Amino acid sequence: MSQNKHTKEPLFHIVKRGSIVWWKAWLIRAAAIVLALVVSGIVTYFLTKEDPLRIYATMIDGAFGTERRIWGLLQNISMLLCVSVAVTPAFKMRFWNIGAEGQVLVGGLATAACMIQLGDKLPDILLLIVMLITSIAAGAVWAVIPAVFRANWQTNETLFTLMMNYIAIQLVAFFTFKWSVPKGSGQVGVINRLTHAGWLPSIGGYDYLMNIIVVLLLTVGMYVYLKFTKHGYEIAVVGESENTARYIGIPIKKVIIRTMLISGAVCGLAGLLLVAGTDHTISRDTAAGRGFTAIMVSWLAKFNTLFMILTAFLIVFLEKGATEISTSFGLNDSFSEIITGIIIFFIIGCEFFIQYSVKRTKKEAAK
Amino acid sequence: MSETDSKELKPAIRLEHLTKKFGSVVANDDVSLSVYHGQILSILGENGSGKTTLMNMISGIYFPDSGQIFVDGEEAVIRSPRDAFRYKIGMIHQHFKLVDLFSAAENIVLGLENDGKYDLKRSMERVREIGAQYGFDIDPERKIYEMSVSEKQTVEIIKALYRGADILILDEPTAVLTPQETQKLFSVLRRMRDDGKAIIIITHKLHEVLSLSDKVAVLCKGRYIGTVNTAETNESELTEMMVGKKVTLNIERSEPKDPKPRLEVLKVSCTSHEGSEVLKDVSFTANSGEILGIAGIAGSGQRELLEGIAGLQKVEGEMIYHDPESGRTEKLHDLDPMRIRDLGIHLAFVPEDRLGMGLVGNMDIVDNIMLRSYRKGRTPLLDRSAPRSLAEEIIKNLEVVTPSDRTAVRQLSGGNVQKVLVGREIASSPTVLLAAYPVRGLDINASFTIYNLLNKQKEKGTAVIFVGEDLDVLIELCDRILVLSSGRVTGIVDARNITKEEIGLLMTKGSQGDNAQPQEGVGADVAE
Repeated sequence: MSQNKHTKEPLFHIVKRGSIVWWKAWLIRAAAIVLALVVSGIVTYFLTKEDPLRIYATMIDGAFGTERRIWGLLQNISMLLCVSVAVTPAFKMRFWNIGAEGQVLVGGLATAACMIQLGDKLPDILLLIVMLITSIAAGAVWAVIPAVFRANWQTNETLFTLMMNYIAIQLVAFFTFKWSVPKGSGQVGVINRLTHAGWLPSIGGYDYLMNIIVVLLLTVGMYVYLKFTKHGYEIAVVGESENTARYIGIPIKKVIIRTMLISGAVCGLAGLLLVAGTDHTISRDTAAGRGFTAIMVSWLAKFNTLFMILTAFLIVFLEKGATEISTSFGLNDSFSEIITGIIIFFIIGCEFFIQYSVKRTKKEAAK
Repeated sequence: MSETDSKELKPAIRLEHLTKKFGSVVANDDVSLSVYHGQILSILGENGSGKTTLMNMISGIYFPDSGQIFVDGEEAVIRSPRDAFRYKIGMIHQHFKLVDLFSAAENIVLGLENDGKYDLKRSMERVREIGAQYGFDIDPERKIYEMSVSEKQTVEIIKALYRGADILILDEPTAVLTPQETQKLFSVLRRMRDDGKAIIIITHKLHEVLSLSDKVAVLCKGRYIGTVNTAETNESELTEMMVGKKVTLNIERSEPKDPKPRLEVLKVSCTSHEGSEVLKDVSFTANSGEILGIAGIAGSGQRELLEGIAGLQKVEGEMIYHDPESGRTEKLHDLDPMRIRDLGIHLAFVPEDRLGMGLVGNMDIVDNIMLRSYRKGRTPLLDRSAPRSLAEEIIKNLEVVTPSDRTAVRQLSGGNVQKVLVGREIASSPTVLLAAYPVRGLDINASFTIYNLLNKQKEKGTAVIFVGEDLDVLIELCDRILVLSSGRVTGIVDARNITKEEIGLLMTKGSQGDNAQPQEGVGADVAE
């Protein structure tokens, strides 16, 4: 059996950890961020010959530099957080809803439709109520269609929700053309610029405060819903094991449909906050990829909506900072995406080391 | 096979200080043992003692954390099943790895890479030769889906031999066989031994060990206890090595008190997704204060029957629940679990798949206990206080070993998982208790805890239905035994006056000839 002589023992092998103390897990995460900064610093230096430290300083400046930037940061965090909170119940149920983008868009579209069509016909309060109802309903409908198909005919929800996104995007494209000001420009422009009809009120002069408060309430509400209510418990059981749910008599179809209604409703509300509370216009980019980024935010926080405040902050901070680097150093967008990619790679990658430990194969064994 | 002629015994495989851990669970702790050519070695140990893990390290499925393996005196590094095959090691797993739509011969040559020539005819001849040499009964042209479990096992064994295996490892080969088929397998194994093969057989059945093997290596909780010559040992010595202390095998059994019909099952049939009949005209009555055993080869319809009663599986026929006190009757068929509970019927079900059906592995003990009762109360909020005190009670009374009631049940050992499940199910004071393989994978002490719990339920007047695989246990624990064979009832017998062989015969009755053989897999997932 001489042919076997050359087979070498692997240098490392991977062992699953039983459990890990919380501070060790956070130590690994912190190390991952430091490592990410070092690697992206090196990459930056070789690609641009700029001083990495200056670049990081610029990132921080881009996010926190002025009061306006801080508010912008908070607004972006709250919107991403809102969508993340929305997708979480579905993901906890192992329903791979990647259609949040579309659900947010139709919510926004419904809002914009109300603002444009009813803006000068209804008193402000009534208009806001109508907007609220239609946007929530639109998001819920968009989400419940794939849920009904999944519950009754076991269709693949990932493909279904993804396809629903494209329908939503094209619908919005159609209406932006229809409503465009001036005609044919393809842009809606600021809706009700003069009357501010249907604009969410600013609180104490802060335009975004309303959004932020609403999202925080949603975040806490969803935390309670998932953790302390019977519905939340059913979602967890269905997600962990449909067999157990069946065994115990949980109506699985009902839970799937109900949960997607809630998930879509919150997405629709996010659309409302974006259109009526922030942009005051609508375009195909209103959701700005948040429907997808939210999935990452939700996963990184292990579906704990309170942790999502932190993960949403991290993602938004990186994006803002990276954009700032691109502009102030005259680099293009792709560079900021490289940096964001490196950092996110490390953050997600470190979860592996929290789950598993890599051990050096012992020397004696290789003798 | 020159080593056969010399008749001299030399170690085919020597293991030294093998250790394998999964997280904090030590599956094998410093195990050293040898296997010789021309010998059958039994690896004996209770479920969960690390037998399968050890064999998986030899066959390249796991890599040891530390320790060495020597094949024919030379150190071997086995990183994949392919490596194992080069060292002429063949493993026959509990779960067969065969392509259903292929013939036996096609499955046997599948994945072989020699000289690029694919000559099925020659392969078939070779398969027949091997069959004739060792006394296998095999038709190489038959498709796997037409085969019984024991025929499939034969294909697996020939597959290993075809690839020139000198060292054969069989993982619980008799778990899915009837006593008759087991005898046939054993005679084949003896012939292979006489041909100079080294054979390792994993089992936890003592009588098989004694009748078949030359040597017995005993594992207990992942540790290697020792090797003894079979001729120089006996059942009680082996049991002692296996469990560390002598255990009485007597299960107490009281006479049923005032048995009255509780559950009447009439002509129940069930068809699987594939269209085969899983249950056919099953009729019986389960009485209060009695344990009704259900025996049968794995996959004879036991699961469908219990799930049918519990409202989880659509079946034809009638199931009628009787309440002897009030005299009321309820039809259970076509009711889902919630409707059954809404009727006020306390039906408890300990399913075969504990973590996949009875419990949620990633949830803690309290949340698992809550499964049955979470709907209580009018508020939309959960009330965890009652489940928590019930959890504490179960942990205390059933001696569940756990860091706390907030520990995920997935992290508990098999026996403790089962205690949580059974504890929850009997907490509702059921009138009908269904238990599918409740002691599978449990050590003797935990098994007895479960037997006692079942007996207590029986004394309380519960109608207990116990699906088991160990005939000894069925005969000692139950009052009556219903035998299923390919979904049909082949007998309902008095457990006090029956022998194992008689039950074994009933288990195979009526299954010959027709192709409605049970598919493997259902009962074969013994967690190791």
